[in-house]
Amino acid sequence: MTRKQRRLTMIAAAGSVLAVAVGLILFALNDRIVFFQSPSDIVAGGLPDGQRIRLGGLVAEGSVQRGENAQVRFSVTDTVETVDVVYVGLLPDLFREGQGVVTEGVLTPDGIFRADNVLAKHDENYMPKEVADALKGKGVWQGEQ
Amino acid sequence: MIVEVGHFALILAFVLSLVQSVVPIWGALRHDQRMMAVAPPVSAMMFLLVGISFAALMMAYVTSDFSVLNVVQNSHSAKPDLFKITGVWGNHEGSLLLWVLILVLFGALVAAFGRNIPPELRATTLGVQGWVTAAFLLFTLVTSNPFIRVSPPPLEGQDLNPILQDIGLAIHPPLLYVGYVGFSITFSFAIAALILGRVDAAWARWVRPWTLLAWLFLTLGIAMGSYWAYYELGWGGYWFWDPVENASFMPWLAGTALLHSAIVMEKRGALKVWTVLLAILTFSLSLLGTFLVRSGVLTSVHAFATDPARGTFILGILVVFIGGSLALYAWRAPLLKQGGLFAPVSREGALVLNNLLLTVAAAAVFVGTLYPLALEAVTGEKISVGPPFFNLTFGPLMIPLLLAMPFGPLLAWKRGDIYAVSQRLYGAFGLTLLATLMVVWFQGPQQILAALGIGAGVWVIAGAVAEILSRARFADVGMSTGFRRLFGLPSSAWGAAFGHIGMGVVMLGIVATEAFQEEKVLTIRPNETVTIGDYELAFGGLVRRTGPNYIDDVGHFDIFKGGVKVAEADPAKRLYTARRMPTTEAGIVTFGLSQVYVSIGEVHADGGADIRLYHKPFVTLIWLGCLVMGFGAVLSLFDRRLRVGAPRPARMRAVPAE
Repeated sequence: MTRKQRRLTMIAAAGSVLAVAVGLILFALNDRIVFFQSPSDIVAGGLPDGQRIRLGGLVAEGSVQRGENAQVRFSVTDTVETVDVVYVGLLPDLFREGQGVVTEGVLTPDGIFRADNVLAKHDENYMPKEVADALKGKGVWQGEQ
Repeated sequence: MIVEVGHFALILAFVLSLVQSVVPIWGALRHDQRMMAVAPPVSAMMFLLVGISFAALMMAYVTSDFSVLNVVQNSHSAKPDLFKITGVWGNHEGSLLLWVLILVLFGALVAAFGRNIPPELRATTLGVQGWVTAAFLLFTLVTSNPFIRVSPPPLEGQDLNPILQDIGLAIHPPLLYVGYVGFSITFSFAIAALILGRVDAAWARWVRPWTLLAWLFLTLGIAMGSYWAYYELGWGGYWFWDPVENASFMPWLAGTALLHSAIVMEKRGALKVWTVLLAILTFSLSLLGTFLVRSGVLTSVHAFATDPARGTFILGILVVFIGGSLALYAWRAPLLKQGGLFAPVSREGALVLNNLLLTVAAAAVFVGTLYPLALEAVTGEKISVGPPFFNLTFGPLMIPLLLAMPFGPLLAWKRGDIYAVSQRLYGAFGLTLLATLMVVWFQGPQQILAALGIGAGVWVIAGAVAEILSRARFADVGMSTGFRRLFGLPSSAWGAAFGHIGMGVVMLGIVATEAFQEEKVLTIRPNETVTIGDYELAFGGLVRRTGPNYIDDVGHFDIFKGGVKVAEADPAKRLYTARRMPTTEAGIVTFGLSQVYVSIGEVHADGGADIRLYHKPFVTLIWLGCLVMGFGAVLSLFDRRLRVGAPRPARMRAVPAE
């Protein structure tokens, strides 16, 4: 093999790995990412059926109902609109009423959000950033509590 | 008083780092011995000063000196002594001081053990290390000073974030930092090589032990962090593709590539320009990791900093160092002479493939980590990129890497024979096939993917074993000579084999856990039992216990297997009283290589509790595999050829035999 052929082989190998990787990344970015929505966004509608989203806001005061086998119902609000959420599983340690929360899941046709993942901040002084920004957007941001 | 001494020592260290940044490099360029001789003592002095400073801060923590703001914000007099000490780096300012301490420690190590490095290279390397030190000391002093006093001092501190009060956290950051910061030495060597315009096989030999050392600690640090998240967060996951995890994973991928390309450079003098670039990229990714974690652009348990000035400052450091080093690279790299031709199928070719896949994988992780930040900055749209993205992009890139791994070390340098190598891998291939078929046989054809994954793990392990056995050539030389040859192999050969075996073990652990784990979420009442895997758990009810700075609600479980009690688990809901912050303490019982994992959620009024229960088969292999990889790195470090202080052959000959 000449020097030139060797170099071409190398470039072809590198090029094909890169092409595959770029293809995978573009496909995954199109298909496997999850958008963040506030309750107002959801009530405004326009979401395709069955699309996974992240819903963030405050856990509405007095809305948490615990059922058997770790089923929980609660509402997420941005103080303008409210969305009901159903979740089965253990809630994070810092989940509580009036606090910021991010849930991930799918909106059912009857308008209830079925979450399979609930995130609350590790630190109670801290609001999830998406939630803080969404609340700021609604003009109800109180600053760091 | 002690606090002021620490503060003053830190300022002195900064001034010295400025001297270090200029004098030795100038000396190296002018071939002035006296100016170059400045570097080693200044390195030692900086280490001493930052050490004093760190000790002063630790003193303030141990004595609960609440006149220091940092101690007030992150400590509490009732906190156990161990966590008073580890709390020093459980916050932004303290962890940054630890970062700088490790940085100057590495500089001092190079000064002390690098006597065989040519004086110009050593002086320039220490000078470049001085730039990094100066930047981070300035950052600490200006934006993140841990020695600021508060007046009047409060009576009690605000305590450390409870989930950080854990032995895992005591070990995780120092390990990780030694890894991150260790790559600064490789970076400094690379920049020094570019400044001096000379890089050769000997350069690779000096750089490799430092890379290995950094890689070893980074591997252990990531494994420790993963285990900490597994047992402390109570979610039973070992890897979340969280941006903060990715921040440490990207330098690991690049560092792994660097480790391999340095071999080619050392043995064959090829891939010089690429290796220098990788050294720069690896440390750049470490800096990026520090930026992501410390600037507050990410919200996570690690994001202590919320002051925008800090984020801007680190971003400045990032831009100057990465931009500057890449510009220098573009300017000077053409001076480095390429050498060592090789055919595509050869040891070099295999290592190029390794580098290609690892760096592209690092790039995929990079995109997934930074895309949401970039998108939000540009369009304001908020997205999250989670495991589905990484499984789809990172996963496929690892498949060819794992498949090719056994071939690489068996191929000859320059021009390899793939058929001859395949013949030596017949045994490994047979074992792989056997393992795959057995998984299909026992678990059913619907588990074909898991079977293939297990097969890949076995393939990597058996391939590494086949490689080390074929080096001993049992068939040609007979048993006794074979064994003698086996134990006479250079320890770097054993190191490489263990590194690869460790990777295979991690793979087995991940596949087995993902495919065969069982999960249950349910409400359990006292005296009820629940079955998971082969085990029955009987719930004995909740008891309240009081710890030094917390209150536990402990749920007691007796674990039975086949009607015989085999273990107990005591998961708890814990409330840290100072911050009124609850945490989950998972109950984890290890059976062989598998684990049963219980964590408690909501406690009901009738004494019942919501629990999450896992049976995780072979989950411990994930971390044991990392330990095996680390063991491989340690073996490699003991190789005579790479030993940091190993005398050069010329000097050995100069010593008269007695």
